[in-house]
Amino acid sequence: MLDTLQRIGAFTLDTLSSLGRASLFLVQVIAGIKSTLLRPRLLLRELYSVGVLSLLIIIFSAIFVGMVLSLLGYVTLVDFGAESSLGVLVSLSLIRELGPVLSALLFSGRAGSALTAEIGLMKATEQLASMEMMAVDPIHRIVTPRFLAGCISLPLLSVIFMSLGIYAGYLVGSVWLGVDEGSFWSQMQSKVEFGYDVINGVIKSMVFAFVVTWIAVFQGYNAMPTSEGVSRATTNSVVYSALAVLALDFILTAIMFVK
Amino acid sequence: MSESFISIRDLHFSRGKRQIFSGVSLDIPAGKITAIMGPSGTGKTTLLRLVGGQLKPSQGSLSVQGLQIPELNRKQLYQARKRMGMLFQSGALLTDLSVFENIAFPIREHFDFPESMIRDIVLMKLELVGLRGARGLMPAELSGGMARRVALARAIVLDPVLMMYDEPFTGLDPVTLGTIVSLIRELNESLGLTSVVVSHDIHETFSIADHVCILAEGKVAAAGSPEELLNSDSAFVQQFVQGKPDGPMPFHYPAPDFSQDLMQGADSQC
Repeated sequence: MLDTLQRIGAFTLDTLSSLGRASLFLVQVIAGIKSTLLRPRLLLRELYSVGVLSLLIIIFSAIFVGMVLSLLGYVTLVDFGAESSLGVLVSLSLIRELGPVLSALLFSGRAGSALTAEIGLMKATEQLASMEMMAVDPIHRIVTPRFLAGCISLPLLSVIFMSLGIYAGYLVGSVWLGVDEGSFWSQMQSKVEFGYDVINGVIKSMVFAFVVTWIAVFQGYNAMPTSEGVSRATTNSVVYSALAVLALDFILTAIMFVK
Repeated sequence: MSESFISIRDLHFSRGKRQIFSGVSLDIPAGKITAIMGPSGTGKTTLLRLVGGQLKPSQGSLSVQGLQIPELNRKQLYQARKRMGMLFQSGALLTDLSVFENIAFPIREHFDFPESMIRDIVLMKLELVGLRGARGLMPAELSGGMARRVALARAIVLDPVLMMYDEPFTGLDPVTLGTIVSLIRELNESLGLTSVVVSHDIHETFSIADHVCILAEGKVAAAGSPEELLNSDSAFVQQFVQGKPDGPMPFHYPAPDFSQDLMQGADSQC
C-alpha cells in the first residue's frame, strides 16, 4: 500500500517537474521569436523541411479520407433518399474534425518525430554544447525557427487537407456515384459557415500545431544524449502528441460546436 | 608560476548522488599550456564544462580572468564565452554545414562582416590546420583527425584568449596525432593563448605541457611541471605516469567482495 502511494507520489512529482521544465523551455523558445523573424532565411529553411516535405503525406491522406468519407456517407444516406446532403456531411466532417485532427496526427508522425530526432541527435553529438561554447544560444538558433515553422505549417497543411478531402469526396460522390453536382455544392454552401465552421477548424489546427511542435522540440532538447535516449524521445514525441491532440480535440469540440 | 588565468578554489560538484569534486583548488597560469590529467571518470571533462559555465558547481569559486563564472548571468556568460574556444572530443561539427560554413558559423552569428572578409578569415584558419583544400567537404566526408582539425579551426576563429581541449589525442593515427600535438603548441605560442588540455595520454601531453595537474578522487592529487611529476616520489603519480597496473590507484570500480557476488546466484542481477 505504502509502495503504491510512494510510486503515485513519485510519478506525480516527476510529471509536474517535466511540465515545469517544458513551460520554462517554452518561455525561452518564445523569447527567441524576434531574432528568428529578423533572420527569415532560417525560418524559410525550416518551413521547407517541416511544411513542404510533409505535403505528400497530407495530400495522399486527404484524398483517400475524402473518398472513403463520401463513399460511406453515400451508402448510408441513399437509404433515406438524403444523398443530396452528401456534400454537407463530407465538408463538415473534414472541416470541423477530420482535417485538423488527422493532419495533426500525420504531422506529428512525419515532422514532429523528425524534429525530435534531429534535435536529440544534435544534443547527443555535442553540437548543441558546442554552440553554447561559441556563445550561440541553441534554443534561439535551433529550436525557435523549428517551433515557428511547425506553428505556421500545420494550419496551412490542415486547410490543404480539408480542401483536397472535400474535392476527393465530390469526385467519388458526384462524378462516380451520380449525386447531383448542384445539390452537392449548394447544400454545402448553405450549411457550412465560414466564420463558424472554417474559422473554428483552423483555430483547432493552430492549437494542435502549437502543442505538437512544442512537444516535439521539448522531447528532442530534453532527450538523454544516447541512442536509446533519442529513440525513446522520438517515440514519446509521437505518443504524447497523439494523446494531446485527441484530448484537446474533445475539449475544443465541446467549446466550439456544442451549443 | 606566472599570474593565474583561471583560479579554482574549494570546488565541489556532484552528479546525482555521485560526488565528482570535493574541494578542488588549482591555478592555471596565463599564456601557458596546462594539462588536466587523471584516470577515466575523475571529472576532467566536467572541469572544462565548469570553466565554460555549462555546469554550475555546488560550492566553491571559479574565476577566469577575475570573472566569477558561476555568478555570471546568461548575457555575461555568453560574452565571456566569446573569448573562450573549446575543442570537443567528438569535434561536434554541425553536420548540415560544410567545413567552410562550420568555421564561418561563429563569425556569421556574432558579426555582420562582408562575405569577402569572412572568406579570408576562414581560409586563414583552415590554412593553419592544413585543410584549406577541404573547405567544400561535409563533416560526414572527413576522417576523425580531419574533423578534429576543422573543429580546432572553428574553435580559434573568434581569436579566443583561452583554449580548452577535451581529449584531443584520442583515436588518432600517428601522423595526425603528431600534427595535433604540434598545432596545440604552435597555436599557443603564435596566438598568445592560455591553453587547458584534458587528456590521459602521458607521452603527448607531457611533451607540450608547461604545467600538469593530476585529478583523483575528487581532488588535485599532484601538480607541477612534467619533469617534477616524472621525478615525483609519490607512488600514485609514479603509477599514473608509468601506467603500472598495481599501485594505490584502483583499477576496479567499487564493488562488493567478488566471491560473495558470485555466490549470490542469478537472482541478484546487480
